[in-house]
Amino acid sequence: MIKRILGTETEFGIAARHSESVDPVSTSLLLINQYPYLPSTRILWDYEHENPLLDVRGFEVEGERERPGPDYNRLLNKVLANGGRLYVDGAHPEYSTPECTHARDVVIYEKAGDRILRQCCEAAARMKEPSHLVLFRNNTDGKGNSYGYHENYLVDRLVPFETLMKHLIPFFVTRQIYAGSGKVGAENRMPPAPYQISQRADFFETLVDLNTMVKRPIINTRDEPHADSAKYRRLHVIVGDANMAETSTYLKVGVTAMVLTMIEENGPLPEIELEDPVRSIKEVSRDIGLKSPIRLSDGRKFTAVEIQRLYLEAAHRYFERSEADPETRDVLTKWESVLGRLEQDPMQLSRELDWVIKLELIRSYMDKKKCGWDDSRLAMMDLQYHDLRSGKGLYAALEKDRYVDRITTDREIEQAEQNPPTDTRAYFRGTCLKKFPKEVYAASWSSILFDIGNTTIKKVPLMEPLRGTQSLTGSLLESARSVEEVLSRLSM
Amino acid sequence: MSKQEHKTDRKKETGKKEEETASGSKSAEKGKKIKEDLDKLMDKIDDVLEENAEEFVKNYVQKGGE
Repeated sequence: MIKRILGTETEFGIAARHSESVDPVSTSLLLINQYPYLPSTRILWDYEHENPLLDVRGFEVEGERERPGPDYNRLLNKVLANGGRLYVDGAHPEYSTPECTHARDVVIYEKAGDRILRQCCEAAARMKEPSHLVLFRNNTDGKGNSYGYHENYLVDRLVPFETLMKHLIPFFVTRQIYAGSGKVGAENRMPPAPYQISQRADFFETLVDLNTMVKRPIINTRDEPHADSAKYRRLHVIVGDANMAETSTYLKVGVTAMVLTMIEENGPLPEIELEDPVRSIKEVSRDIGLKSPIRLSDGRKFTAVEIQRLYLEAAHRYFERSEADPETRDVLTKWESVLGRLEQDPMQLSRELDWVIKLELIRSYMDKKKCGWDDSRLAMMDLQYHDLRSGKGLYAALEKDRYVDRITTDREIEQAEQNPPTDTRAYFRGTCLKKFPKEVYAASWSSILFDIGNTTIKKVPLMEPLRGTQSLTGSLLESARSVEEVLSRLSM
Repeated sequence: MSKQEHKTDRKKETGKKEEETASGSKSAEKGKKIKEDLDKLMDKIDDVLEENAEEFVKNYVQKGGE
């Protein structure tokens, strides 16, 4: 299978205990500026190629492009040794993984991000004010305010956007059955529910649009590839939940990448058109028994598991013919096993999938306490499941006591905090930052700029995310004694 | 979260009577163990759960995401 560039962005919910009058922007800024292991605190984020207002449908919407001055830029942005980015977006701390090509690496780098944020929290806690900061890796405050978790997949520009949409809509509406994080209650004036599979489903009000904050679309049309735009588009997926469970993230990213490959290669995808995807996404989220049928435009009816099975069967047919790499084979096996168990009895997944882990935890608690769904402790459990603090987070507690299955190791996560993936341009970015922290003037996804005391700042464009890898630049970066040498050997 | 995975016991379908009894008492033991583990876990949740859950949940408001 061709290598695909993958990466995710997580916005964290932020709260301060014992304090009601906390300004989220300054608290978020204070928080990310506590991180002790940055290669340099002087590096700017290079906004030159960024334009989130460009729409794939061929127009640009009005709005203010972000261009902070140098001091504020440094306060807002931290370029990490692992090639990722820690920053403040709106009123939230946010972490972007470096570019990866394996779904399992995305899981590892997301967990490395949690580790970074946890250290920020601990450092802030050692200061006097504001004390007791709490971070949540979730997507909602439970009162109608949602914050995002965005996946990014680089896809071939030649694939018509309509083709992507057609195949992705039924897939996105139903993949929550393994990728949902679980939620107590309903929001955004949607029909009541004691428990839902997805954190985000209630917030999707339209099918296709550029928005991410209001009237959220199932398919987002932002056209900002952070790469050669003649060759690539970056599919910006805003419909997913931030997961705690490693299997949920692994399948969410791994299966989506696989479906994109089949779309790009004209693979045998199921011909399915949902009658009302915006309604269905909320109905699937409320169907914790996974038995309710979804109506298609042609009158047929399938359950969410059945729709996922049609995609799985297509993938089996497609990857039988082509050379599937070990990760693709592993994702296929896990996907099949998970769908089989979801069909029999979803509670069998209570060690692997977030929404089931959380549901089992809450049900056991309700049994023990003899309480109902309206008990406020359940909403607290829902929130605290996502708490990043190791002594307080409920997922963290389950993980520590081995109640949940993992696919990564602590050692790998620790390594990923300070080391970039080796198989993308993140390697070049991260390695330059670590080796020449004083000379790096600015960085972005598609560039790195050096200030070596000359009259001009030298920019190395990184428009091809599959270059700048260890195999292409490792020996150069290892042997070079100065930035001048790197630049001259890159013949700049 | 059960510590042991739920597995269909194939021995039961094919196997002998002794095995059936043995695996039967084994799964009863398993069940007891799971119950004890869950009880411990629920007590632990009470220990870590934020005090004043109602107030905490009420005060947690996030605006300006994405």
